[in-house]
Amino acid sequence: MRALTWHGKHDVRMDTVPDPQIVNPRDAIIEVTSTAICGSDLHLYDAVIPGLQGGDILGHEFMGRVVETGPKSTLKTGQRVVVPFTISCGSCFFCKATLFSACDNANPVETQEASELLYGHAVGGLFGYSHMTGGYPGGQAEYVRVPYSDVGPIVVPDGVPDEDVLFLSDILPTGWMAAENCDIMPGDSVAVWGCGPVGLFAVQSALLMGAGRVIAIDHHPNRLALARGLGADIIDYTQTHVLEALMEMTGGMGPDAVIDAVGMESHGMAPDNLMDAAKQKVGIGADRAHALRMALMAVRKGGRVSIPGVYGGMADKFPLGALMEKGLQVRSGQTHVQRYGTRLLDMIMEGKIDTTFLISHRLSLEEAPRGYRNFAENQNDWTKVVLTP
Amino acid sequence: MTDRRSDLFPILGVAVLALGVVGVARLMTPGPRHPADSAPGRTAKRLQFGGYQVTGRTVTIDAPRDRIHAMWRDPKQLALFMQDLVAIEGTPDRPIWVIDGGHGPFRIETRLVEDRAGESLAWRSVEGADFQIEAKIRLRDAPAGRGTEVEAHVAYVPPYGLLGHWAAKLRGLDPKARGRQELKRLKMLLETGEIATASNQRNT
Repeated sequence: MRALTWHGKHDVRMDTVPDPQIVNPRDAIIEVTSTAICGSDLHLYDAVIPGLQGGDILGHEFMGRVVETGPKSTLKTGQRVVVPFTISCGSCFFCKATLFSACDNANPVETQEASELLYGHAVGGLFGYSHMTGGYPGGQAEYVRVPYSDVGPIVVPDGVPDEDVLFLSDILPTGWMAAENCDIMPGDSVAVWGCGPVGLFAVQSALLMGAGRVIAIDHHPNRLALARGLGADIIDYTQTHVLEALMEMTGGMGPDAVIDAVGMESHGMAPDNLMDAAKQKVGIGADRAHALRMALMAVRKGGRVSIPGVYGGMADKFPLGALMEKGLQVRSGQTHVQRYGTRLLDMIMEGKIDTTFLISHRLSLEEAPRGYRNFAENQNDWTKVVLTP
Repeated sequence: MTDRRSDLFPILGVAVLALGVVGVARLMTPGPRHPADSAPGRTAKRLQFGGYQVTGRTVTIDAPRDRIHAMWRDPKQLALFMQDLVAIEGTPDRPIWVIDGGHGPFRIETRLVEDRAGESLAWRSVEGADFQIEAKIRLRDAPAGRGTEVEAHVAYVPPYGLLGHWAAKLRGLDPKARGRQELKRLKMLLETGEIATASNQRNT
């Protein structure tokens, strides 16, 4: 089959690789009909996430048709499914507590070793990502082996276009969980750093959950315009002093909740970010946490801090004093996709959520390397790339 | 300048003397007595078990104690989660474990020294065996209905001493790494019915 493979920093290619096979009883093989490039794929493209190997198949946002099932799969050949990017067994302590991304059993034992050392505990399994999360072949391919297919995939009815439901695989539930982690009360103000796909879905979700005012922060005019289109107020950090503006826009209190939808590759020329960038460049596991630092400074006393943005290593110059002295609550994590699938599918079917506004470019799978390059280099115009095999 | 420097010397001298006195006093004074803490002995910072390395790991598995006990007594099941196990020879009471050591298989002749259904199992290498080891499995009910806490405890004399121990550790082949991987595979098998693999090809 044809698949997009990683070969090093800024080097992704289309390769011909062996078709996947059923390996374990609960597996299914999916023929991919649509797949997307995610913002976190850019962390892999930029080689700032550790644990990738040459030839790895990327992609963790995909959907398709079931073409083969293992003896213990509950899927039927021909069914259309959206596949969550988190691989979850459904039966461990964490899955039972609906903490699906923390699954104890999906990451093979050999690849659990690295995160056990680096993070204190082994992390779960993800498609098309680091070998710390299993190194599972991903979905930017013609076919994918889907483990625990009786737990993860969301069956979608025929007749619904792929583009309406594809983002159930990651960014839609990720934006939703980001807002849910803010414990929004009616009328709350919520500031969102980053108007990429996750930030935009977080804006949409926060408003649906009853936020009185959502303030989105970015520097790309087109992305800020999309946020405004969803109903957010906007701040362009290249034009405005963000902290002062947020105070003034919230009656001198600061936002009730803040969302860092930027993660480890924060932009901007702030002094702390330049130092982080230098350290990240030499590969010592430093995250560029500028957006998170600002969010911690901006949020009101006793406020909530939600971090859907991806981090992988260490951060210093961290405003720990602000966290403690202001009595903040912090929530984060890879998304527990399986927790939200059915509810969000219903909301899409009822027309309460639209996801297609995000898509700026539709390419064939063969054009994926061009998609990566442009999504990385022209973030203003390239907001979301959908690939079709 | 010279005056100021000559002022500094006596001050420095007194400071060094004071530090010395405090240091000696601290060495002479016995430290506070530490109460025996509740942690397992193998987690102590200073391990003193003669020439033995002592290691272990606990994993919570959502399965009843009897079922887990039965898995350890069934050579077919053992082969599924002990990936380095080539074969078990001998008798159930005197099993000979054939292990792939990275440089070809080696044999450990053992005696089953403890077997309490649903509670514990232990094997000890027989006198004169090539490899001196004792391995013990303890099973306890986990709190809040979480299943069973499975504790593997291993004491062994590393071949080639400390050097051999560190060489194995660096290659991830020491009993600690193998042990925790075996427990995690057992957990996968009991909780999900399969052992996770990222490979999408059956033959690899």
